[in-house]
Amino acid sequence: MKKCWHRRHITEAIVKSFMLLSFGLVAGSLGLILWAIISRGLPSLSWEMISQPPQGGFYMGGGGGILNAILGSLYMAGAGTLIALILGLPIALYLETYLGDSAWGQYVRLALDVLWGIPSIVYGVFGFTLMLALGMRASMLGGIIVLTLLELPIMTRAMDEVIRMMPQDLEQAALALGSTRLEVALRVVTRQMLPGIITAILLAFGRGIGDAASVLFTAGYTDRMPNSLLTPVASLPLAIFFQLSTPFPTVRERAYAAALILTVIVLAVSLGSRWISGRLSKFIVK
Amino acid sequence: MDAHIQVKDLNVYYGSQQALKGINLEIPKKQVTVIMGPSGCGKTTLLKSFNRFLELTDGARIEGQVLVDGEDIYANDIDVTEVRKRVGLLAQRPYPLPMSIYENVAYGLHIHQMKKTNKEYKDAVRHYLEVAGLWEEVKGRLHNPATSLSIGQQQRLCLARGLAIEPEIILGDEPTSALDPISSQHIEKKLLELKGQYTTVIVTHTLRQAKRLGDHVIFMYLGEVVESGPAYEVFANPKEERTRQYLEGLF
Repeated sequence: MKKCWHRRHITEAIVKSFMLLSFGLVAGSLGLILWAIISRGLPSLSWEMISQPPQGGFYMGGGGGILNAILGSLYMAGAGTLIALILGLPIALYLETYLGDSAWGQYVRLALDVLWGIPSIVYGVFGFTLMLALGMRASMLGGIIVLTLLELPIMTRAMDEVIRMMPQDLEQAALALGSTRLEVALRVVTRQMLPGIITAILLAFGRGIGDAASVLFTAGYTDRMPNSLLTPVASLPLAIFFQLSTPFPTVRERAYAAALILTVIVLAVSLGSRWISGRLSKFIVK
Repeated sequence: MDAHIQVKDLNVYYGSQQALKGINLEIPKKQVTVIMGPSGCGKTTLLKSFNRFLELTDGARIEGQVLVDGEDIYANDIDVTEVRKRVGLLAQRPYPLPMSIYENVAYGLHIHQMKKTNKEYKDAVRHYLEVAGLWEEVKGRLHNPATSLSIGQQQRLCLARGLAIEPEIILGDEPTSALDPISSQHIEKKLLELKGQYTTVIVTHTLRQAKRLGDHVIFMYLGEVVESGPAYEVFANPKEERTRQYLEGLF
């Protein structure tokens, strides 16, 4: 019964060390990113930065902050996520409830997967073309529409994957009580799968709030505070981009601070919704 | 015999495989009918044909008729949710809905809009929890998750939930097979208490349970009904050789 090094054990050791190496690489890069943002961003982070819009000469080292971009991003990503949820949840439920694994279901999933994979700049250009055709200018509304399009396939497909994990016996328990398929979907599936649905929403929100290319043409950029759906609006990714591309070191440092703010927003939203879903998931049937 | 369910020339196929072969039988009203037989003989398939659960299985094909109170539940103009409201099911393993204990019982009442005021709902939930013998154990924690109950309590909750929508027929698909002996006794006791109020059809593969519960017995083998009749006759004096062998434990 003594331990000895058979081929099986060697294989296991090699594969296991490979797994650990991958994990280390990923965790290490994440750590490096966080360290870069925090170490360079924290010193230039100030109350002024998150409480004021930019003043004249902001991009040359002038005073003020990026409140306009923070709010702009929150509005656009928030609205985009909300609309994507309103459109996406019914699609995901329809896929599970009525289409299942049928050919049509597979076509819809394929379409969503393709849309998921499309680079965001393509969404940006598409949105821009659409807006030109409609005679719209770069505006918050344009940004919201494009972020909705960008987030919709991500959210829907992620929810679909979650909802497909629904235990069949549980669905049948509800059907046995004389539920219609819709009642099962709305009253049972969404409750059972709530944590997964929230994760899907988060995934889409994170993608939306962090995306620069899609809002570049469609929402534009401005130093003014967002106050109308029909005028251009600033966003955090673009605020980072514009500050980072100046020749002034102090402004470039502030780009890191803006990146830190963006990261903290995403983190706060994640933690908040995890807390909510934790509270709501006590009814889940395992 | 006053038949509640009548099965006429029922054939069921899963893909190319025939699971039920030319079933003809009658299930008497307000008695306990026990379907027994070795595993794979089609007991559960037969049971599932009574609440139209077979159509949830991909590739299942059904021929023939199942009449409940003389009405063919497979006819085109039949509302399947109405069938399942009248024919309740107690599954092999309890599956509470992802809700509180209270909501589990209230769920069926809500979707069928059976009550009007909040108080009526509360009274009904209490009543059916009492009928299922669960009220005393849960009255202080109605709003806890149903999953916080033990598996035996969960099965009684499923019974309460099923009875709350006022079915005429209760189907039980080996309803005690996942439970410990004490919980099984609880469920069996409840089923015996409810005898006379509901038509009950229980699938079981424990012979002793069949003897304890059954007024009427159906013995199935390889997708066919070999013998059916009043329990005392079938158990004491089986007409068919295969029934006799099964009762003696030969297979």
